[in-house]
Amino acid sequence: MSETLTAWQLIASGDATLFAIVGLSLAVSLTAVVVAGIVGLPLGAILALTRFPGRAAMVVVLNGFMGLPPVVVGLSVYLLLSRSGPLGELGLLFTPTAMVTAQALLVLPIIAALTRHTVEDLWLEYREELSAMGVGWASRVATLLWDSRFSLVTVLLAGFGRAAAEVGTVMIVGGNIDGFTRTMTTTIALETSRGNLALAIGLGIILILLILLVNATAWGVRVWAVERAG
Amino acid sequence: MRAPASNLPLVFDDVSLSAGATTILDRICLTIGLGAPTLVLGPNGAGKTSLLRLCMGLLSPTRGVVSWGGRIDGGPERRAILFQKPVMLRRSVAANIAYGLAHAGCPRGLRAQRTEELLDSVGLSALASRPARRLSGGEQQRLALARALARQPEILLLDEPTASLDPAATRFVEEIILATAHSGTKIIMASHDLGQVRRLAGDVVFLVHGRLFEHADASDFFDRPATPQAAAFIRGDLVL
Amino acid sequence: MLTRRLFCVGMLLILAGVTPALAQSIVVASTTSTQDSGLFDYILPLFEKETGIDVKVVAQGTGQALDTVRRGDADVVFVHAKAQEEKFIQEGFGVKRSDVMYNDFVLIGPKSDPAGVSGMTDIAAALVSIKAKEAPFVSRGDRSGTHSTELTLWKEAGVDIEAAKGPWYKDIGQGMGAALNTASAMNAYVLSDRGTWLSFRNRGDLAISVEGDKRLFNQYGVMLVNPEKHPDVKAELGQIFIDWLIGPEGQTAIGEYEIDGQQLFFPNASGQRI
Repeated sequence: MSETLTAWQLIASGDATLFAIVGLSLAVSLTAVVVAGIVGLPLGAILALTRFPGRAAMVVVLNGFMGLPPVVVGLSVYLLLSRSGPLGELGLLFTPTAMVTAQALLVLPIIAALTRHTVEDLWLEYREELSAMGVGWASRVATLLWDSRFSLVTVLLAGFGRAAAEVGTVMIVGGNIDGFTRTMTTTIALETSRGNLALAIGLGIILILLILLVNATAWGVRVWAVERAG
Repeated sequence: MRAPASNLPLVFDDVSLSAGATTILDRICLTIGLGAPTLVLGPNGAGKTSLLRLCMGLLSPTRGVVSWGGRIDGGPERRAILFQKPVMLRRSVAANIAYGLAHAGCPRGLRAQRTEELLDSVGLSALASRPARRLSGGEQQRLALARALARQPEILLLDEPTASLDPAATRFVEEIILATAHSGTKIIMASHDLGQVRRLAGDVVFLVHGRLFEHADASDFFDRPATPQAAAFIRGDLVL
Repeated sequence: MLTRRLFCVGMLLILAGVTPALAQSIVVASTTSTQDSGLFDYILPLFEKETGIDVKVVAQGTGQALDTVRRGDADVVFVHAKAQEEKFIQEGFGVKRSDVMYNDFVLIGPKSDPAGVSGMTDIAAALVSIKAKEAPFVSRGDRSGTHSTELTLWKEAGVDIEAAKGPWYKDIGQGMGAALNTASAMNAYVLSDRGTWLSFRNRGDLAISVEGDKRLFNQYGVMLVNPEKHPDVKAELGQIFIDWLIGPEGQTAIGEYEIDGQQLFFPNASGQRI
């Protein structure tokens, strides 16, 4: 790659490597958010609705884990997936699947904790009405998630922003392998270490624009849906 | 399918309800049977709303027993309640009704038709696809009423359903209530509007400070109040 | 809900599908200096075109790279710290070590030259002078090949760096590029391999202060990870890569790689030195 090219020239020239990197970044982070959402949304809602001994401690832990250091998550997943680790036989280390796993774990507490918060507020409002309608437990979870859907879009976006912007886990479990596990953030780290600061900053701007684009799209969908469903 | 056991008569046997040190309802003995609407009357803070929640089974008494048709297990299958400030689900008007129908055990195939009938009965057909939360207060009250009726309740509990409505909307809601009563549903309704009580009541339950002062036929209650508190309330004096 | 679930399953299948599609692939644990210098970007496409084997390079400091391999997470290791490599072989993790190429280390420093070492050819004397003047010095501090060479050089200079280090000695614990960036920002001296220095773009006021001492020689070696320790190692494919690297084609490719007309690495698989 020619170091004199700026990021903008790369975009303008339709640089295939750059687009592959952007594509991988989006695919990994979006998949991680979807996986974390499938687990985290119901988990948060269940935590909002149920009362059991140790619940307060669990809420505190979950809130605290919103600030999990990516490097620690990355290292844990690394040790898990390493050939010497318990899941080594799957041969997943240094693959995109490993990066999705690590980012999903990183994002899961954010999604679950914020969902818990959102759903609990709505639950206070809905509680009597749903009890009076004889709505069962599982159905309550589904109803509250569906009726919080506009707020939950923001929750998922918070998760996506965290996943797309972090470099710690993907560097460790992905290995920053050219053409295979190299994402926007690891490329930025690499170009910085090569002293290509202009290119690194340019890539950083592209990453920020991408995150903005995803957010703007989600915002547009949200406005449209609110218009339709109130 | 076996017809569900009747919820009536609804019996309060020496029922008290307290929250911490505060007594909300104090040793209430009350039997409510089939018939014309029962109106629960009393000044603010008398415990009307709590009484309705006990009737619904949403609260458990601190002491004493509430029973429905002789049973105390009371699942809410054949009861419905309209709260003073009903909660609209974040979906369309029709979807709110369909939700109520689904949880009242209405088969999927019948829901569309029943939704239409119910919306028609409360005059909301034209607004079926609107977001429920965008409706006016009166419209929301009617939608909540239709959603309660979707349960085909044997007992319908209403907590001041017209408190914030203008006279025209009030009349509309009262007509629906009377029609529902005529079709055989037992209405138990809290109100502090004496005119409304005169218009609707078969019998009156009069509460002050969580205590039951009178339970009498409406005509007896208004013509020959048995307690000075009831007499004062009917005159329009403040009951302390 | 259902559509979302399907979407997710689809995404996972796509990602999972990537792995078997590139079944002909090996993981090479190597050093930041080879990656940052751009050597792999030049030689790997040639190898892949010829053999169809996809080479995935995980670039770490030499110490970390050897740890990665000890855990069995790579098939081939390509680093530059002969003492550590030989210990690695003794432990039974590596099969056989082959020389691949060399370049040399250079002492980089600010043009203002506060330690007065510019143009010296005795690296030990230069380090003594830096220590005496307490001129700012950036150390990798990451157990990399460059770091262990630096520690050896301090020893040769008769400086007990553990005892002598003060605020002037910045141990940053990062890769070569990061160390150069730090030195550039602080106008400090730093030991770098020549390849990374030549391809480094953020030089600021830095220039080569000391070069040409034979103690600055930097030998790279390659080893196959021992399949007896880690049965998952792709020994056959790894050996093909090693044979190519130390064979005529690989050696030629390494010799051809230039930046600004300067050759970065000198192939010496046959064992010859300058």
